Amino acid sequence: MADSMFSSSASAKDSASSEIGSERTLYPYVTGTSVLGMKYKDGVIMAADMGGSYGSTLRYKSVERIKPIGKHSLLGASGEISDFQEILRYLDELILYDNMWDDGNSLGPKEVHNYLTRVMYNRRNKFNPLWNSLVLGGIKNGQKYLGTVNMIGTHYEDSHVATGFGNHLARPILRAEWREDLTFEEAVKLLEKCLLVLLYRDRSAINKFQIAKITEEGATIFPPYALKTFWGFAAFQNPTKGAEGSW
Amino acid sequence: MDPDLKAPISTGTTIIGVTYNGGVVLGADSRTSTGMYVANRASDKITQLTDNVYVCRSGSAADSQVVSDYVRYFLNQHTIQLGQPATVKVAANLIRLLSYQNKNMLETGLIVGGWDKYEGGQIYSVPLGGTIVRQPFAIGGSGSSYLYGFFDQAWKEGMSKDEAEELVVKAVSLAIARDGASGGVVRTVIINESGITRNCYTGDSLPLWHEELEPHNSLLDLLSSSSPEPMSS
Repeated sequence: MADSMFSSSASAKDSASSEIGSERTLYPYVTGTSVLGMKYKDGVIMAADMGGSYGSTLRYKSVERIKPIGKHSLLGASGEISDFQEILRYLDELILYDNMWDDGNSLGPKEVHNYLTRVMYNRRNKFNPLWNSLVLGGIKNGQKYLGTVNMIGTHYEDSHVATGFGNHLARPILRAEWREDLTFEEAVKLLEKCLLVLLYRDRSAINKFQIAKITEEGATIFPPYALKTFWGFAAFQNPTKGAEGSW
Repeated sequence: MDPDLKAPISTGTTIIGVTYNGGVVLGADSRTSTGMYVANRASDKITQLTDNVYVCRSGSAADSQVVSDYVRYFLNQHTIQLGQPATVKVAANLIRLLSYQNKNMLETGLIVGGWDKYEGGQIYSVPLGGTIVRQPFAIGGSGSSYLYGFFDQAWKEGMSKDEAEELVVKAVSLAIARDGASGGVVRTVIINESGITRNCYTGDSLPLWHEELEPHNSLLDLLSSSSPEPMSS
């Protein structure tokens, strides 16, 4: 995915040399890692950890990376946190104008996703991207929607999506075990299975998660919590016995 | 700019902001360096934005000064128009706006701290890039690398004013001991409902850490004293 491929091609390096006053390709500073999203029986459920990394330092540990948007959607973001905060401000304005029509209609998840896609793609065309991978999920009039869009404007919908490392580690699990009619409890357990793998294998993951769901009744973002990790494999006890120097 | 994205751009200085039961304590070292030379050994990195809000500056001295100058100017007008003291949140968000909108050109990490009647003592961190994060305590600058573990262990919720200031002074002092880009005196600013208190802690009042020795005027004092000082290693 674009935001995990930091070692870019030559063109990105050239455009990175700063011309005073012009906006060129940026570098991310404070970043969030994977976001997971999937449809389930009552709506859409999303999960992300609460970490804001600064390079290799796990600097901020209480960053909310999933936020409700309007009445019908949730937005999760990975990548540069300052750009995510800016996107939230754009969406604030979008929702405000939508409410001001006072016509009983409200923007659904499909519309919000489309708006975000336009914003992301247009910024990319100006070589000044918002350095994020976004997950937009929601439900309106019984219709569940889950889509993703990233800093280069690539966008698609699916029954389950993930950003960053989640694409490589979580999606395979979801492809094997996701079903259309998962209950909330089953969905949480499945997401937690993915979150644990990410915690083991993603260096920028921290053990503090937030799960959020969106149903016809509204959005719920659950309080932060941590997962128990397992280290009790016999093979972990003395892995280099008889093979000193190996790992 | 550094194309190695795995390495954070750390900015010379140690700055700290800590909330306590009733307000905030801001702390910083006093070293400004140009390359290897210490241009100013007694700088004041804790800058006033309003009567009740201060900002700790790290990174490029020029960038942090000009950002805080603009924000002081905006807040001054805002206070007049509002008819009452500006809130810490507004000050922090003005800092954020300038940092975010000029992220290509600026290299400064700031910690905004203050007290207002609505939310009491608050600390907001605005690192490189213009993210804004409210925290019970914040650390920044190159010296902060040495303090993550220290704060993970030593920080507690609901400290008193004296406990908080003691923690800040100890922390800056520890960072100065290990970070070449930090040094000089430890300045603190305490902000609460009653007002502002500025303090300056010089080397002699700071504790000695590992492998640091008691300072003397001269070797001669040691030689002439009746019981010679024991050697230390």
